[in-house]
Amino acid sequence: MIPLSNYLIVAAILFSLSVAGIFINRKNIIVLLMSIELMLLAVNMNFIAFSHYLGDTAGQVFVFFILTVAAAEAAIGLAILIVLFRKRRSINVDDVSEMKG
Amino acid sequence: MIEQISFYVFATLLVFAASMVITMRNPVHAALFLVMAFFNCAALWLLLEAEFLAITLVLVYVGAVMVLFLFVIMMLDINIARLREGFARYLPIAAVVAVILAIEMILVVGPANFGLEQFAEPARHAADYSNTRELGNLLYTVYLYPFEIAAAILLVAIVAAIALTMRRREGTRHQKIEEQVAVKAADRVRIVKMASEPGYSETDGDRS
Repeated sequence: MIPLSNYLIVAAILFSLSVAGIFINRKNIIVLLMSIELMLLAVNMNFIAFSHYLGDTAGQVFVFFILTVAAAEAAIGLAILIVLFRKRRSINVDDVSEMKG
Repeated sequence: MIEQISFYVFATLLVFAASMVITMRNPVHAALFLVMAFFNCAALWLLLEAEFLAITLVLVYVGAVMVLFLFVIMMLDINIARLREGFARYLPIAAVVAVILAIEMILVVGPANFGLEQFAEPARHAADYSNTRELGNLLYTVYLYPFEIAAAILLVAIVAAIALTMRRREGTRHQKIEEQVAVKAADRVRIVKMASEPGYSETDGDRS
């Protein structure tokens, strides 16, 4: 018997790790995008765990929509990254500070 | 018993892969560890009887999104050393924030509030239960409108990604459709009136 709290704790640890990833890789946009994917994965895990333990399939439908939006977000994020690299020859976050006042 | 063992194995591998994703020096290795994290997460979802979403995670995320990530990483030649600046500087504060965040969330969602007493494990479904059919029944009736909005979002993402990355390079040759359509016969063909060559006969075929 696996309690619901086990799944929730795994998702919480995963979320905290991806927050730490955003802190320590704050120059590398690619790893930032990967950390965001990990965060969404943690949220999806919570949805599915509750969906199973409460016997309500609606949670899985929400995960379906989150996966859709996350795929669109990754595609557009990487397209912006490519345009940025063409202009600057670098993907360092610090190089994108033209609009700083 | 086998469920508990597989849960702890997959959960440990998932946390290990996630921590490697955020600490790897090379973005390619980070992306490959992210693939490992997705696989272990899919296994955990299988334990939760979300078979359709587990397979979707592997197909869509590992098969499409991560391949896109790897494609972009390998296409751009990135100076890794410059991107690692500040790694050691931000490591302590990141560790402090992450540990505090994890402890707080575990206190809320821990066994005291969401243990087996509060949420008993539901009985397993029979062998002929289809998670895909269940999800489809819900998706195409109650959630039909959000489903169509999701399709529109994907279409917008396709258009946006292509519009952002498409560029016209100088010096390449491409069709100008409007000129091709608007062309008149007089622009392309010049009809020359001329007399036939004297002294040529078709019957014997030689010139004299």
